[in-house]
Amino acid sequence: MKRWEKEGIVEITDLSLPDKKHLKKGVAIIECVQEIPCNPCVDACPFNAISMENINALPLIDYEKCVGCGKCVGVCPGLAIFVIKIIGDNALLTLPYEFVPLPEEGQIVKALDREGKEICNAVVKKLKFGKTPVVTVELPAEYAMEARNIKVV
Amino acid sequence: MRIKEHPILNFDRRKEIYFYYNGKKIKAYEGETIASALHAEKVKVLSRSIKLKRPRGFFCGIGKCSSCLMKVNGIPNVRTCITLVREGMVVEDNDMELSEKDYPECKFEKIECEIAIVGGGPAGLSAGIEASEFADVLVIDENHCLGGQLIKQTHKFFGSKEEKAGIRGIEIAKELEKEAVKNCRVLLNTSIIGYYDRGYHFLVGVNKIERVVYEIKANKIIFTTGAQENMLVFEGNDLPGVYGAGGVQTLMNVYGIKPGNKGLIVGAGNVGLILAYQLLQAGVDVACIVEAMPRIGGYFVHSAKIRRCGIPIYTSHSIKKAYGNGKVEGAVIVELDENWSIIDGSEKKISCDFICLAVGLTPSTRLVTQTGAEISFINEAGGWVALHNEYMETTKKGIYVAGDSANIEEASTAMIEGKIAGLHAVNSLKGVSDFKIKIEKYLKKINAFRQGFFGSRPKKAKEKIIEEYYEKMGKGRNS
Repeated sequence: MKRWEKEGIVEITDLSLPDKKHLKKGVAIIECVQEIPCNPCVDACPFNAISMENINALPLIDYEKCVGCGKCVGVCPGLAIFVIKIIGDNALLTLPYEFVPLPEEGQIVKALDREGKEICNAVVKKLKFGKTPVVTVELPAEYAMEARNIKVV
Repeated sequence: MRIKEHPILNFDRRKEIYFYYNGKKIKAYEGETIASALHAEKVKVLSRSIKLKRPRGFFCGIGKCSSCLMKVNGIPNVRTCITLVREGMVVEDNDMELSEKDYPECKFEKIECEIAIVGGGPAGLSAGIEASEFADVLVIDENHCLGGQLIKQTHKFFGSKEEKAGIRGIEIAKELEKEAVKNCRVLLNTSIIGYYDRGYHFLVGVNKIERVVYEIKANKIIFTTGAQENMLVFEGNDLPGVYGAGGVQTLMNVYGIKPGNKGLIVGAGNVGLILAYQLLQAGVDVACIVEAMPRIGGYFVHSAKIRRCGIPIYTSHSIKKAYGNGKVEGAVIVELDENWSIIDGSEKKISCDFICLAVGLTPSTRLVTQTGAEISFINEAGGWVALHNEYMETTKKGIYVAGDSANIEEASTAMIEGKIAGLHAVNSLKGVSDFKIKIEKYLKKINAFRQGFFGSRPKKAKEKIIEEYYEKMGKGRNS
């Protein structure tokens, strides 16, 4: 049994990850590891970077085509898509956030890992309102693959 | 207890009204049900058990469990969880001693329609919309609004574009309602209490508060009566503060009222996982989710959403007891071994003021059973269900089922089943020119949904139901 089946936490090794070159331009990380009947991410991508064999298949992302625009982040019903862009020692992390109060641009928030543990501070860079609000925060690059939530303090 | 700020929902509290509870004047807002308004006032005991007079609190929230029966304006046994509070209403503890005088005079009304649909949830509304293109359709629901359980689903739906993927359940409910009221007659606040075969299909419905009895004659009936939440056996399971998970969703997402401050959820299927997330969105703390199975039953993505908020999910764990003086004050959870036996010394106290049971649903089949349609216990379907063919028609001609009452599944599949039932019913009544093309499209779509890991249980349930249907009818599927 995989850890995510028992604990709801995905391991990095369960994901197909982009290489450094892709992370520099910014790409979507899809943490969707279980076959469920769902495909809105495929329709949401303006660059046809996401594909699926059938409605139950796992989404496949073409990192060459993905530009990290983040359209899929607010669309995914499972809130399972994030965008990471590495800039030097820092990273921009874009994530869905459906709680109140929403953070404000410039605000310092806590970055949480997949277990909800606080791992570092992050600065809110951008807020996009849509069906699901999408927040972009800046944090140290070393935490980019760990941080998956924020806590507004 | 009322939610003030919510990331997804707005609660309309523009109009204050007052009602009386056991003589005490209580403030409420228009649009709240009696039970939810009482809950906001921290009245958690709504009724008492008949023999031992044990307190009974809010449980299902959708008019199925009878925990909320009270006397309203002199009428006993009113289901206060689905009855809207009104200015000056007199609400009292239910009177167990019923006498003739407790039944006020009723008006009788006759209604004729071509297709009657019992239940205005996703399946019923989809059936109504489909059939109303060609026939006169009446949709009956015992709630004060249409939409069934979609009205409390704040999460975005899965599936594909045609089944409204990416749209929140609450918005799907509005879309379906808009379409249905345009084309169908709708009878709300009305419970269907009986079916009679008079050479035609005949239903009896009642609106308790308005004191009206409806006599409904129909050529075809589609029962889309949904499902009821399962109970779980443990010490203290009847304490007020032990809720059905769906009941909490209703209280919180429809009426904007918090169930408590900190909850324990039993069951890590999709309902339990989604509920945990919705509680957090409403500003309510979640202690943990316990799940008896060794793995999480619901979608991984739902579990990941709550894990990254710091909510633990304990698999191979169950609840042993709920404790508290007249209300939930805590729970004891235990770890289970591979034989589902309690591991000695694994007891752990969890501090919480409410408990939600998300341990599955049972199809509501009592009405359809009255028609004489053959029923069968199909484990994969969630219990007793009416046997039906691929077009959703039961063994009783002209009687259809769809949605959760015909197998516990998803709203998306309930909508497709509703369309199939509606289309088939109207075709056999009047003939629809492109029937074959349309029905093939729907059948293909529903089969696509039932592929994959999560589709295997409903797929098996449907195969059994359809196979047994043809056995009962004494003919092969293709004859």
